[in-house]
Amino acid sequence: MKNNHVRNIVLAVSLALTVLAMYMVFIFVPTERTMGIVQRIFYLMLPMGWLAMLAFTIIFINSILYLKKREDKYDLLARSAAELGLVFTTLTLITGSLWARPVWHVWWTWEPRLTTTLVLWVIYIAYFMVRSFASEEHRGATFAAVVGIIGFIDVPIIGMSTSIWRGLHPGAIMFQGGLAPPMVQTLVVSLLAFTGIFSVLLIQLVALKNDENALMVLKKIPD
Amino acid sequence: MSFWRKALAITRKDALSELRTKEIISSVLVFALLVILTFNFAFGANQETMKLVAPGILWVTFTFSGVLSLNRSFISEVEQDCLEGLKVCPVGREAIYVGKALGSLLFMLIIEAIALPVFALFFNLQVLSPQLVLITFLATVGFVSVGILFSALSVNTRAREMVLPILFLPIVVPVVISAVKASELALSGATWSALSSGILIILAFDAIFLVASFFTFSFVIEE
Repeated sequence: MKNNHVRNIVLAVSLALTVLAMYMVFIFVPTERTMGIVQRIFYLMLPMGWLAMLAFTIIFINSILYLKKREDKYDLLARSAAELGLVFTTLTLITGSLWARPVWHVWWTWEPRLTTTLVLWVIYIAYFMVRSFASEEHRGATFAAVVGIIGFIDVPIIGMSTSIWRGLHPGAIMFQGGLAPPMVQTLVVSLLAFTGIFSVLLIQLVALKNDENALMVLKKIPD
Repeated sequence: MSFWRKALAITRKDALSELRTKEIISSVLVFALLVILTFNFAFGANQETMKLVAPGILWVTFTFSGVLSLNRSFISEVEQDCLEGLKVCPVGREAIYVGKALGSLLFMLIIEAIALPVFALFFNLQVLSPQLVLITFLATVGFVSVGILFSALSVNTRAREMVLPILFLPIVVPVVISAVKASELALSGATWSALSSGILIILAFDAIFLVASFFTFSFVIEE
């Protein structure tokens, strides 16, 4: 019950923030001079990319805790975060692609950040794959935790190696003069709103999985 | 027995069984040759094109050969129930990791030592420079350090040899990118200082993944 209370408050706050963020993205913030209207995707794409990384950080921490303490709650949290992480990584790739088309005239470019996000996406897939291919559930959880740890360590190295070897750095070119104050404000509100939504979804997923487990115990269904 | 003697005993066991069966080195060598041939057919025999794509072909060949030989490393253990024997040995899991990794490294290096001159012959390239040899050695250490961990993991899943490439390929992206670019520079006769950033990334990857795999390995093969 206490959990529900927390969730409702976070839900209300993030709903209000989302409405505000939508207002700011579409009406409040001025249109960027060189890229035009399409640049507004940025206020959605960046928060999604942030959530993809946040989810992976949660996986990393909980994977270590799971391997150390062997308590199911850590695995449950890591798994829930991974599900959300996969969704947000996919959305980042889609919005990034939509942005790339009018700005660089291609749907896809092997630019460092896009490449890193794509590899991150594949690592998320591998994370779920080892889990489903494992013979027993607790083994799958252990394997997934190992993939979560190794994958998380790998992401910065991928970013580093792709940016060293493949120049082309759009971020720097795009906002040479830095972001104007209204843009920063819009970005911050959007980031908060998305993080709020993420938290609600995470709480909801964990609660759902807990209920599933409780039901499983009640029914005494072996795996 | 000290840690290293235990680990080397496992390496010696792998080397002996390879000497008797000649299973890994012979089949992977033929496979590597076939990959090189297939690429040659795919790109045509134009000398100019070949110069351009040669580093890429080299590393695709080594990466795929690596997947093949790393897979064998633990599948042969499981087929005869040797893994159970290894687990009841009075040695730490870390010694098993180091022993198996050294064995795989040895096989991979032998394969590469034979494949590189063949490659040079087919593509009319000067590949036997100390720079290229060092890059190849360091990248192979990277492949093996994380590959042995994933080989032990995937052999315990239902799909076995299917799982290793899905885990291994995205994780080694930084090594592949750096190795390809550094080899490209080395083949065009670059100096050591021009190669340093590539070599540094591969070294960093090696060090980080040796440590990370060393500590997570015991979770992968425990009951």
